[in-house]
Amino acid sequence: MRKEFLSLNKIEGPLIILSKVEDVAYGEIIDITIDGKTHRKGKVVKIDNDKIVAQVFEGTSGLSTHNASIRFTGTPLEIPLSKDILGRTFNGVGNPIDSDFPIYSNKRYNINGRPINPVSRQYPRDYINTGISAIDSLMTLIRGQKLPIFSGNGLPHNELAVQIVKQAKIRGAEDDNFAIVFGAMGVRHDDADYFIRSFKESGVLERVVMFLNLADDPIIERISTPRCALTAAEYLAFECGMHILVILTDMTSYCEALRELSAAREEVPSRKGYPGYMYSDLATIYERAGMLKGTEGSITLLPILTMPNDDITHPIPDLTGFITEGQIVLSRELYQSNIYPPISVLPSLSRLMKDGIGENYTREDHGDLANQIFSSYSRVQDIRALAQIIGEDDLSEIDRKYLEFGQRFENEFLSQGIDENRPIEDTLNLGWKLISILPKEELDRINPKFIEKFYMN
Amino acid sequence: MTDREGIVTLVNGPVVRAKNMSFFKVREMVTIGEKRLIGEVISLEKDEATIQVYEETEGLKAGEKVISTGMPLSVKLGPGLIGNMFDGIQRPLKTIENIYPNFIPEGIGLLSIDEEKKWEVKMLVKEGDYLTQGQVFAEVPETLSVIHKIMVPPNISGKVIFAKESSTYSIRECLIILEDGDGKKHELTMVQEWPVRMPRPSARRIPIKQLLRTGQRVLDIFFPIAKGGTAAVPGGFGTGKTVTQHQLAKWSDADIIVYIGCGERGNEMTAVLEEFPELKDPRTGRPIMERTILIANTSNMPVAAREASIYTGITMAEYYRDMGYDVAIMADSTSRWAEALREIAGRLEEMPAEEGYPAYLPSRLAEFYERAGMVETFNGEEASVTIIGAVSPPGGDFSEPVTENTKRFVNAFLALDKKLAYARHYPAINYLTSYSGYIKILEDWYRENVGEDIIELRAKMLKILQEENKLLEIVQLVGEDVLPNDQRLILEIAKVIKKGFLQQNALHPEDTYVELPKQYKMIKAMNHLYERAFKCVKLGIPISQIKEERIFDEIIKMKYNIPNDQIDLIDGIIEKVDAYYEQLEAKYKE
Repeated sequence: MRKEFLSLNKIEGPLIILSKVEDVAYGEIIDITIDGKTHRKGKVVKIDNDKIVAQVFEGTSGLSTHNASIRFTGTPLEIPLSKDILGRTFNGVGNPIDSDFPIYSNKRYNINGRPINPVSRQYPRDYINTGISAIDSLMTLIRGQKLPIFSGNGLPHNELAVQIVKQAKIRGAEDDNFAIVFGAMGVRHDDADYFIRSFKESGVLERVVMFLNLADDPIIERISTPRCALTAAEYLAFECGMHILVILTDMTSYCEALRELSAAREEVPSRKGYPGYMYSDLATIYERAGMLKGTEGSITLLPILTMPNDDITHPIPDLTGFITEGQIVLSRELYQSNIYPPISVLPSLSRLMKDGIGENYTREDHGDLANQIFSSYSRVQDIRALAQIIGEDDLSEIDRKYLEFGQRFENEFLSQGIDENRPIEDTLNLGWKLISILPKEELDRINPKFIEKFYMN
Repeated sequence: MTDREGIVTLVNGPVVRAKNMSFFKVREMVTIGEKRLIGEVISLEKDEATIQVYEETEGLKAGEKVISTGMPLSVKLGPGLIGNMFDGIQRPLKTIENIYPNFIPEGIGLLSIDEEKKWEVKMLVKEGDYLTQGQVFAEVPETLSVIHKIMVPPNISGKVIFAKESSTYSIRECLIILEDGDGKKHELTMVQEWPVRMPRPSARRIPIKQLLRTGQRVLDIFFPIAKGGTAAVPGGFGTGKTVTQHQLAKWSDADIIVYIGCGERGNEMTAVLEEFPELKDPRTGRPIMERTILIANTSNMPVAAREASIYTGITMAEYYRDMGYDVAIMADSTSRWAEALREIAGRLEEMPAEEGYPAYLPSRLAEFYERAGMVETFNGEEASVTIIGAVSPPGGDFSEPVTENTKRFVNAFLALDKKLAYARHYPAINYLTSYSGYIKILEDWYRENVGEDIIELRAKMLKILQEENKLLEIVQLVGEDVLPNDQRLILEIAKVIKKGFLQQNALHPEDTYVELPKQYKMIKAMNHLYERAFKCVKLGIPISQIKEERIFDEIIKMKYNIPNDQIDLIDGIIEKVDAYYEQLEAKYKE
């Protein structure tokens, strides 16, 4: 038994400062007992000679400089993992909250993980069929990819995520080796309930591992929530050979928590007050997605973030976009025009798409068709701007064709039911049907032999 | 040696402070604690030192020992670099994988190039020869594409008093012994160590005079990069920085490529590892991996090593330059490096300048880019290091400190544009805001090697694009139909230039790399089309007649339809252009 410390020097926000302590490791977990009854956990975030700074996971309220005793555990934050975690719910530091029944395992895992060696990575190639036309055809999700949903407050990102979970068919994944890890950071109770209910309805609940840190839970736990979730995902994917879909929502709350903590630690702020290390910090989360050579499993990561003020250049979406392999952007304008899913096609992108589509994966014309749709739809935007000024009637005939294409593309292609699962074949055919509104000469991104084969008169 | 041991007093992420450090030097490499983490002393005050640690510091305690290695952060330079992938401090990732599968732990110690491997060495000197710094005394075929020249390290010279025969040796074995003027003996192996933060010396700098051929039309013709030059590729996310950098790494006519993945995605480096061994260098027919060195310090790897990775890469580049090679270095992305500087500066509680970046950011950027250049080596050969740095401005806003300061130190600025990327115009290099100072410097080279009139053609095409940009603003307001015919022709030709010339498909086998003669013929053909069509406009022929879909289409598609080795077929297209407009003119003259 190691020494206990009975007094704190200072309590400031989520941080406590102790002095005259020795032999403490950076990142070590401390156990705090308040009034000899309740326990809280903390983590050492700075060592300065015999003084240490620790952050308290459950927050410091109720703590005084004299009512707590501190014990150093000598280990970093670790969680026990076994296959029994499937179907269970945990809090942000990995303690079960659905029942008192703990997870028994000999092995405990450091939630910080370690970086995957780039040499050990397997390049992701197999596409995931989500049954959502816009995603499957234009920003194809690939197994092992990290593809965030950039949304705004009030937009149907939760619905979209649930639809992906329900409909996603991963090649090589059967019922027994497919699971979902769900990490909620600062999410409202009703949003969390929506996810739980949807998992229940689609009958996947016993294959979901949940890590919940709701809006009124302590913010410090928000920092560890995604790390616990990804540690569980790594265990299931790389040790049990399962295909894991990880949903992290809402990354904006996570970053906000990071900023709050950084301010409490009096660090030098960078853009909009977020800490300078936010890029590296987010990378240690997002980069844990992927596949490894020689192992079966995969981690596909779908983080959801709400862009403050719908601003894609805000540091949170911006830094995320620099790390993730593309993004799915939702648009308020489309949502208000009653289009679901309101995916804003032009700024959306899947970086891994080019290697996972085409012959042997989807269909040989897929890549060209997608390029053409992007290019033509981008033209639609210019023509709409023009029509705003000179009126639709004065547009040239070809421009009016573009307008028709744009309109029908949004209403027939983008738009689909919340339970509608469109096979990729149908999606591509629909794409051809719509692009065929335009004359052949306009299709400059498509190989002529595909035009020959698929163009509809 | 107890006096050479420091004691850790403060741990704050990658920054550690230690006391009892008065015997240490600034920039000295040290190992820290039980796990022997690798770090570098970055400042000293009395007997206290601040150390940046290249590995994860979790678990480190106050009171642990700091041990000196007696030398600054250095890289080992010798055979075995090419085709390998290293982390930011030159530890080979494949070797790490063999010891620790899948994940990289901390405390793996210092590893470097393979010391056991035997190389075929051809000795070039005999006893009694006199050698000076930089002279080549042996050759090793490092790969089938690259002869590795073993040189006398800088600042050493003397008489050869012992030399081995040509045979197979490992890099640890002594090959020759030099005796210098003071009678001091230097045993030379295939390896030399060099501190990464110090530029390697060369005989002298010489003026830039050659194009770095990239096979990318928008670069080679419009915004060229010179051998020994510097270029920046800024762009927000999704604009294709990495694809552009990969294209340059694949197709540039440099002898050696050093590709630094600095704080970027892990899968991108995996893609390079998968793809490069499959791709053939158009000049040698050998896989391009045989001329490539990869450095991968991905975004989730320790931040201090990210800061070092840029220097590790440039030092390797300079080493191959000293052998007489043209080396091109791609740094993707320098913004991540600048952010690593910021992160460490923040932990050191330094006074921040603009947007939290340290005040010494511009001088660090200048130091880096100034290591590029065309030089005369100690062997009297001409060789170069070209730097192409990607910049990732937050929100795609070029007015931020890293982009702004980079602009001051590079001569070519290839601005990637979000709007072009959204329209899938790739490479999304904005032809209106990009610039290259090398077009002026290389003017004579262009006239001699590409075509007598190429400079004028380029200017003319750029002018058409500028014009188009202005006209499009009017079109936005009133529509295209009200424009006079000559202006509508400008719009049509600009479209041809954009689609047929500027856009280049990295995934298309014929289009991914284009030789200069084809580029020149293409631009000639487009100019010809413009001239013929313009003549018809002057004759008052309606634009609907002039813009013959078939002809325009053929010009646009020649990038796909004309193979690199059959460019004479373009003459056939020009004949068709002539035939069409001649009959059109004839029809209207009647």
